[in-house]
Amino acid sequence: MGLKEKCFKKSLWVFHLSAGSCNNCDIEILDCLTPKFDIERFGMKLVGSVRHADVLLVTGVVTRKTLSRVKEVYEQAPKPIVVIGIGACACTGGLFRDSYNFAGPLDKVIPVDAYIPGCPPKPESMLAGVMKFLNKK
Amino acid sequence: MGKKTVIPIGPYHPLLEEPEFFKLYCDGEIVKDMVWETGYNHRGIEKICQTKTFEQVFYVVERICGICSTSHPFAYANAVESIPGVEIPERAKYIRSIVGELERIHSHLLWVGLAGHFLGYNTVFMWAWKYREPILDMFEIITGNRNSYAMFTIGGVRRDINAEQATQLLKVLDDVKEKTDLLVGAVMDDPVIHARLKGVGVLTSKDIHDFGAVGPTARASMVDIDVRRDDPYAAYDMVNWKVILAKGGDVFAKAEVRLLEMYESIAIIKQCLEGLKKSNQGDIKIKVKEIPPGIGIGHAEAPRGEVFHFVKSDGGNSPVRHKIRAPSYTCIPTFRKSCVGGTVSDAAIATAAVDPCYCCTERMTQVYDYSTGKKIMNAAELIKLSQAKTRDLKDKKV
Ligand code: SF4
Repeated sequence: MGLKEKCFKKSLWVFHLSAGSCNNCDIEILDCLTPKFDIERFGMKLVGSVRHADVLLVTGVVTRKTLSRVKEVYEQAPKPIVVIGIGACACTGGLFRDSYNFAGPLDKVIPVDAYIPGCPPKPESMLAGVMKFLNKK
Repeated sequence: MGKKTVIPIGPYHPLLEEPEFFKLYCDGEIVKDMVWETGYNHRGIEKICQTKTFEQVFYVVERICGICSTSHPFAYANAVESIPGVEIPERAKYIRSIVGELERIHSHLLWVGLAGHFLGYNTVFMWAWKYREPILDMFEIITGNRNSYAMFTIGGVRRDINAEQATQLLKVLDDVKEKTDLLVGAVMDDPVIHARLKGVGVLTSKDIHDFGAVGPTARASMVDIDVRRDDPYAAYDMVNWKVILAKGGDVFAKAEVRLLEMYESIAIIKQCLEGLKKSNQGDIKIKVKEIPPGIGIGHAEAPRGEVFHFVKSDGGNSPVRHKIRAPSYTCIPTFRKSCVGGTVSDAAIATAAVDPCYCCTERMTQVYDYSTGKKIMNAAELIKLSQAKTRDLKDKKV
């Protein structure tokens, strides 16, 4: 068990970063907070600044304009941090991989720990993905 | 000129999910000017569309914006179908309208929730999003996905709505109607909300014409435009409904328009379901063999206003030019009018009032010191400021 899995067991604070998404993934993340899924019961919450976060959720494709910002946000994050790519866009580039404004897959820009595919992944699968990652032995 | 302060908001704004960047130039509490910078979300969609076949473009335009994932395909379908001039089957028209209106309800509920959050009413946020869930579940039952429905295709729709689904949908609609009553009550009768929203971010009908704003933003200033009525498409001329208008042009009027529009949407869906029953088991799509050379123009009323698509075909498999204009493109510039002259604490709700969608527009909020250009406040603080104002008002029992 690495350090990351060891320290992140409970009450994860999550920062959400949209690199260039279509909003669906972002809304599904917000949806996790609302009464139906209510991740706050696990002590998880969305924070306003990456400096307070344990987990960085990245959605969307990295565009040429957001490239430097994504790197900057990652650098500002306290380490260790778990980076999770949400959605087909963040995992592979999805539909936008051939776009002229696509700055490369997310894992070429910053280290990514887990991928949750789907377009958009359902809130259930996001929760399942995070849990799977945390229970990894 | 006194010392001005610049407040930068963004590009990573904790609540509005998209990267966007605003600068508010302030003198004390008063916003003197603002600029915005966008383009963070530019993904080259128009270009990608030109590399896909006409059929595939539906799934690309759907991913322009997650909230309007019916409006873009709707406008695109209208555009592309206008080239060969096909008339889609009646059943397909009803189903298209149902999906379009369900999307309007879910989008407006989402807006009510976010507006509630900006004002410090987190209960409203939680409630509105909770009531939105049954609609998303309904989407999943009808279309197979909670968002990005992939429902439309050239010449009709891809899935039928059967009797069982129709009954389920009716039940969900009745529930949503009840919940809408509750939200309308919570917004219309609350003195604090009146104090926060009345007279804030006012846009006169002249401003609307100047900026070319559309949708609920325009209708809240008594500008009577709605594509669904003015140039009917799908089933909108086969059902009875009315365009909701409100006086005042302030944030309150915009909230009113959105809340009351939800009732209209519910009425439209119910009538469409009746229509589906009558047109019993007809075709849901006709075969369109090829798109002849020509130019197609289509528009549709998205929850935020008019979406416009232009498609040019040379008789081949894919569009040779595809141009998209989303409603936020004309609504966002109105920020200069609605925020300037107001206080900083009102800026968050005044910008949220047009329900800006940056992934549609590919555009970005911050507050800077005018003289030094230093960042002094971020969006989280701005929202906090806005929430504190509501708290003060509550304490004073206005
Ligand atoms: S993965 Fe799909 S839903 Fe998520 S941002 Fe990309 S296109 Fe949108």
